[in-house]
Amino acid sequence: MKLKWKDSRFDSQLGRAKGLGATGHGVDHWIHQRITAVANLPLMIWLVWSVVHHVAGASYEEFVAWQAQPLNAILMILSVVSVFYHAALGTQVIAEDYIHNEGLKFFKLIGIKLFFSATAIACVFSILKISFVG
Amino acid sequence: MSEQSNKVERPLSPHLQVYRPQMTSVMSILHRATGYALSIGTIMVVWLLIAAASGPEAYAVFAKFAGSNIGLFLLLGWTVALFYHMCNGIRHFFWDMGYLFELKKAFRAGYVVLAMTVILTVWVWYCACPWS
Ligand code: HEM
Repeated sequence: MKLKWKDSRFDSQLGRAKGLGATGHGVDHWIHQRITAVANLPLMIWLVWSVVHHVAGASYEEFVAWQAQPLNAILMILSVVSVFYHAALGTQVIAEDYIHNEGLKFFKLIGIKLFFSATAIACVFSILKISFVG
Repeated sequence: MSEQSNKVERPLSPHLQVYRPQMTSVMSILHRATGYALSIGTIMVVWLLIAAASGPEAYAVFAKFAGSNIGLFLLLGWTVALFYHMCNGIRHFFWDMGYLFELKKAFRAGYVVLAMTVILTVWVWYCACPWS
């Protein structure tokens, strides 16, 4: 008799009752990837449009004046948060698929989270600084 | 026999070295490649925002790089990758809702994605032509 996945030692009865699968996070990761993808769609259309019309070739004064406007600041912050979270989730899946050394994977996953958290915070701070101080 | 019975029946991925590349499989890996490239490309956005917040000198360094041949080449790659990933992401949404799985439709949607990537990229660079 061949064992099915549900009878394997990777799926204990407690594990099955929790229903969170091998990662312990259930389908959260997948859902968050979709939610941020849906949010990215209008935000990236806005970003490309803005870069073409306001950012490309702009002088320092022109860029700061554009970025300081509340609507632009808000949309830029939303873009950074949504895209960076989406990118952190996405690169995590890629690391999980291709890195087979558990120790290396552990550090890579922490590195991804630290990198995107740090850069997102740096971007949000910069946008706020431009808005409030110039 | 006992050795055999401990094995879990798991699905096998196609063996890439002997598997003929097809439009659908190449487009699938391209979604991953563009997503990864875009993730690295976020550094450009981080640089722009920190530079602009730091002052005119830092901004000038960024602007010089972005306007250089290397900078423009990276930006071109960024637009291609973004439009491909965006359009193919919409194709993913249809799959998630259960549509476009029939072989014919999967291929046709793929060609639409490729065409839209080219059209949007050309359109954006025509609008933002750095040499005009
Ligand atoms: C423009 C709107 C965008 C849409 C509609 C979108 C859509 C998607 C979707 C549906 C997936 C899941 C694919 C799958 O499950 O196989 C995905 C994965 C991913 N996305 Fe996006 N995305 C967008 C923008 C971005 C941006 C701007 C970045 C990077 C900065 C990015 C990076 C990634 C990465 C790294 C993955 C993981 C790829 C994989 O697992 O193979 N995406 N995206």
